[in-house]
Amino acid sequence: MTNRGTGMTSTANPADERTARIPEFPMARAAKCPFDPPPALRDEQREGPLRKVRLWDGSTPWLVTRYSEQRALLGDARVSSEVTRPGFPNQAPVKSGSTGLSFITMDDPEHSRQRRMVTAPFAIKRVDALRPAVQKIVDDLIDTMLAGPNPVDLVEAFALPVPSLVICELLGVPYADHDFFQSNSRVLITRDVDPEERWGAMKRLTDYLDELLGEKIAHPADDLLSGLVPRIETGELTRNGAAQMGVLLLLAGHETTANMIALGTLALLEHPDQLALLRETDDPKLVASAVEELLRYLNITHGGRRRLALEDIEISGETIRAGEGIIVPNEIGNRDPEVFADPDRLDLRRDARRHVAFGFGVHQCLGQPLARMELQVVYSTLYRRIPTLRLATGLEKIPFKHDGSVYGVYELPVAW
Amino acid sequence: MRVELDEPKCVASGQCVMASPEVFDQRDEDGVAVLLEETPGAELLDGVREAVAICPAAAIRLVEG
Repeated sequence: MTNRGTGMTSTANPADERTARIPEFPMARAAKCPFDPPPALRDEQREGPLRKVRLWDGSTPWLVTRYSEQRALLGDARVSSEVTRPGFPNQAPVKSGSTGLSFITMDDPEHSRQRRMVTAPFAIKRVDALRPAVQKIVDDLIDTMLAGPNPVDLVEAFALPVPSLVICELLGVPYADHDFFQSNSRVLITRDVDPEERWGAMKRLTDYLDELLGEKIAHPADDLLSGLVPRIETGELTRNGAAQMGVLLLLAGHETTANMIALGTLALLEHPDQLALLRETDDPKLVASAVEELLRYLNITHGGRRRLALEDIEISGETIRAGEGIIVPNEIGNRDPEVFADPDRLDLRRDARRHVAFGFGVHQCLGQPLARMELQVVYSTLYRRIPTLRLATGLEKIPFKHDGSVYGVYELPVAW
Repeated sequence: MRVELDEPKCVASGQCVMASPEVFDQRDEDGVAVLLEETPGAELLDGVREAVAICPAAAIRLVEG
């Protein structure tokens, strides 16, 4: 036998070797490219559309790396979003007895039944009617900022208050409670948090929403939470179900958009030619296009959308077996060169509307018209009103949210 | 060309209204898509094709006839 033969006998069998090469997930972004997906994720995309990764618990779900397979699987009725199913590829340990988060962790038909109870206020026309109110919120916050200290943390002074004020108004949640719901929301979207602590944050928020629902039952107002009261009374929705729904909308309504505002501003400050386009335009079409491109480019949900196969699924020459986990990191789907030419270039003029930043399939973000409108108002106002806006520190000093399920920056010191 | 809308599949994301406001609207009560033009003119077909492509629930089809 040759040396080669000897070498082979001394290694583990080929199957073990394959297993050993399965990369860990999630993967780290490169420090020098904070807007780009992790380089290792890009390597996997180059290797193929369906790969395997290893999670914190040792499980090895599928990783879906390319746009078309991402859309196909997220749109497939044979995948489940029920996080409590055995084998579900969860982000982190879940305290036993925990439930999911309202309808985003349910499957149809119950998912659809509950989702349709809250879709009306997010319809395009309803959201458009809120545009003047959002413009006023944005203008007022900029006035306050300009009258206050310079430099300032844009997250605290602007990025977080804008969507928080808007979602509070829409849901009927008192903005005065923002410190409470913002800090508890942050726990829910941080990956490396003790399961007990996450459970505690979820409980505090659910209790808070339950109390608010009590007030709406006593004194109904013209807001989304009051709109749920008749559903509770008819038995269409339990009060706890309504409270969970409130937590979901409150959380999703402020954290995501806040990160798009702050991270988007940072990305634009680092791409001055693109920022100039926004600063100098009156064209709502260019503003809308810029929002789509920033959504594509930044894709602030990270850590992947998670599903479980309920049946065997044949796709792109592979078979995903019933009971296997599926992870869909949309940040890499949005950088698929087959779909977006020169995908790593931020180009506000490109047609990016087919991005999957809001996910795909029946669970696609229901608040997307609101998010779009808020971002259109923000991006078309902030840089025009503060044309000298600049970073007040070095890019390397900015604390990025590497540890969350929503990407962004913890702080963004800016000056003008 | 004729537009077909599979209403029970609709998830009320509003994508079709964004892509093609002349052809699609949303119901007041739950945001579910409503077809305004079953046989839109040629000048509207690009918008409809975009709506077909971005509908997350694959609820819209553009068919011959």
